[in-house]
Amino acid sequence: MDLFEYQARDLFEKHGVPVLGGVVAEDPATAKAAAQQLGTPVVVVKAQVKTGGRGKAGGVKIAKSPEEAEAKAAEILGMDIKGHTVHRVMIAAGADIAEEYYFSLLLDRANRNYLAMCSVEGGMEIEQLAVERPEALARVAVDPNVGIDEAKAKEIVEAARFDAETGAKVAPVLQKLWDVYREEDATLVEVNPLVKTGAGDIVALDGKVTLDENAEFRHEDHAALVDAKDEDPLEAKAKALDLNYVKLDGEVGIIGNGAGLVMSTLDVVAYAGEEHGVKPANFLDIGGGASAEVMANGLSVILGDEQVRAVFVNVFGGITACDAVANGIVGALEKLGESENKPLVVRLDGNNVEEGRAILEKANHPLVTLADTMDGGAAQVAALAANGK
Amino acid sequence: MSIFLDDSSKVIVQGMTGSEGMKHSQRMLASGTNIVGGVNPRKAGQQVEFDGGVSVPVFGTVAEAMEATGANVSVVFVPPKFAKAAAIEAIDAGIELLIVITEGIPVKDSAEFFNYAQAKGATRIIGPNCPGIISPGKSNAGITPANITGPGKLGLVSKSGTLTYQMMYELSDIGFTTCIGIGGDPVIGTTHIDALAAFEADPDTVGVVMIGEIGGDAEERAAAYIKDNMSKPVVGYVAGFTAPEGKTMGHAGAIVSGSAGTAQAKKEALEAAGVKVGKTPTETAELMREIIAGL
Repeated sequence: MDLFEYQARDLFEKHGVPVLGGVVAEDPATAKAAAQQLGTPVVVVKAQVKTGGRGKAGGVKIAKSPEEAEAKAAEILGMDIKGHTVHRVMIAAGADIAEEYYFSLLLDRANRNYLAMCSVEGGMEIEQLAVERPEALARVAVDPNVGIDEAKAKEIVEAARFDAETGAKVAPVLQKLWDVYREEDATLVEVNPLVKTGAGDIVALDGKVTLDENAEFRHEDHAALVDAKDEDPLEAKAKALDLNYVKLDGEVGIIGNGAGLVMSTLDVVAYAGEEHGVKPANFLDIGGGASAEVMANGLSVILGDEQVRAVFVNVFGGITACDAVANGIVGALEKLGESENKPLVVRLDGNNVEEGRAILEKANHPLVTLADTMDGGAAQVAALAANGK
Repeated sequence: MSIFLDDSSKVIVQGMTGSEGMKHSQRMLASGTNIVGGVNPRKAGQQVEFDGGVSVPVFGTVAEAMEATGANVSVVFVPPKFAKAAAIEAIDAGIELLIVITEGIPVKDSAEFFNYAQAKGATRIIGPNCPGIISPGKSNAGITPANITGPGKLGLVSKSGTLTYQMMYELSDIGFTTCIGIGGDPVIGTTHIDALAAFEADPDTVGVVMIGEIGGDAEERAAAYIKDNMSKPVVGYVAGFTAPEGKTMGHAGAIVSGSAGTAQAKKEALEAAGVKVGKTPTETAELMREIIAGL
């Protein structure tokens, strides 16, 4: 889960990373009150969206009074930045910036450890710096079992070529950022820019944090960081039903078991759909459980998508038995009754496939077609979806 | 031969007495796996009876189980919360092969126990979030259905469980030496490259099917490895061409970030290395069948 800047700021503060005052606001009046509360002569009104390039898009504005903060917030709220609607702004205390640096700590999948990146040239797009002047971006491996201790922090600031005095001030901040990374189960902590103020203090001015959703069981407070406004309603419904669902833009609903097989099903349907002008509508992995309830829940989510014209159920019975899946489909159709009115193509293979197919043949539901193979089923469902258009 | 797992493997199950552990221990026993013990500190000293008259002792620790039985493989079924502790215990005991089936382990925990194992240098890890490894006709450590395919001359390495099953089914006419599901998490123990290297060295494996998916650059690195090191034919399949950027597709590691980790880039890298890549699992199997017929 990616966090908003204000959420990252709050986590930084919680772990002792130096930050400036910042208050989130969802309407201009609150923005004005926030500016009054901060009490600094200048505040910055910053759009809270989970994408880069806010400044260029006009989503970051300076205000020299609470009234001006209110006006700027009114301009920014509701803006569209790269497809993200601005629902919140952060009113941040103005900073006296002398120098800008860059720091990030992230999971390095290839080396299966963590990677710290640091540069004395911050503020700009780091991808650009990495390409244009890779020597200016220090890359230091971090052992997950050691982390950024005093020695590692020193190694990082030296690799980034900070002068000794500044490096000595930056290093303890990096150790605090490690605390954020480890204690919050982050997979990314990025500070851009990390700044030195005119007074010589080091401050994390803008932060980006990604949290590991698998670690939610030990972070009850992380649930509150989920942004309900940004969530697709069908995805939210699926999540509440404990289903692994991703909404896409297409006409063919997909249900399968196992993440890899479902991804593969989307691809196969996309190929088959090319000649019919249809695409997969979603990713839905029902995992090992294919009970009537899980199947009915899955179908109800998919049928809630008005774009869907036909549904492809593609199951390889490994541990899951195909007869259980078939019973699940039959039960789901009974449960859903007339609300299920889209054609269903079902391909079953593997464990107890004969029994599973026999159950569906016996049920002889008018909307259900049995497919012999995955590729064949994809072609059938694409044609059905095209007919329903 | 087979890789990493054969009929001499002695397997213990951490979390055997839980519902998943019991179910899959029963299935592993039915497929001929030599399960010599289970581990559960609260049930140490008990015997667990399985269908077919098999009685398996429960030990308090992995170390005790290894000492009493000579076990060299452990399969972990414990829930995500306790998986790291279970893995560390097995690594400390010096188990040779540790297969972590558990899905949903925080990546920090996996990174910590993987690096711990690397530092100790005695344990190969497969997974987490994987179906495990099967050497058909010899041994099956994990949750892979044993009745899909018999022994044969192909190797299979895959990030995905059900795609592994699908491919085993598609190529059951040729059969497999070993099929490994390496798992779909961002941090995994055994990689595509580790498996490819082992298949290259295995005299009974004549060709390898490699299944990848979006996220990370493991397939690109595997492609470079294949180009430089593999004499045996490799056929590839990559899932996730239609996956949108920034969305996790079921597996925690299956995510396209910006322009990195796309299926297209992986396919191109593999093809540039001379690997034939199928558009669908069925087409991939057909490519392998043609290559085998021409050998």
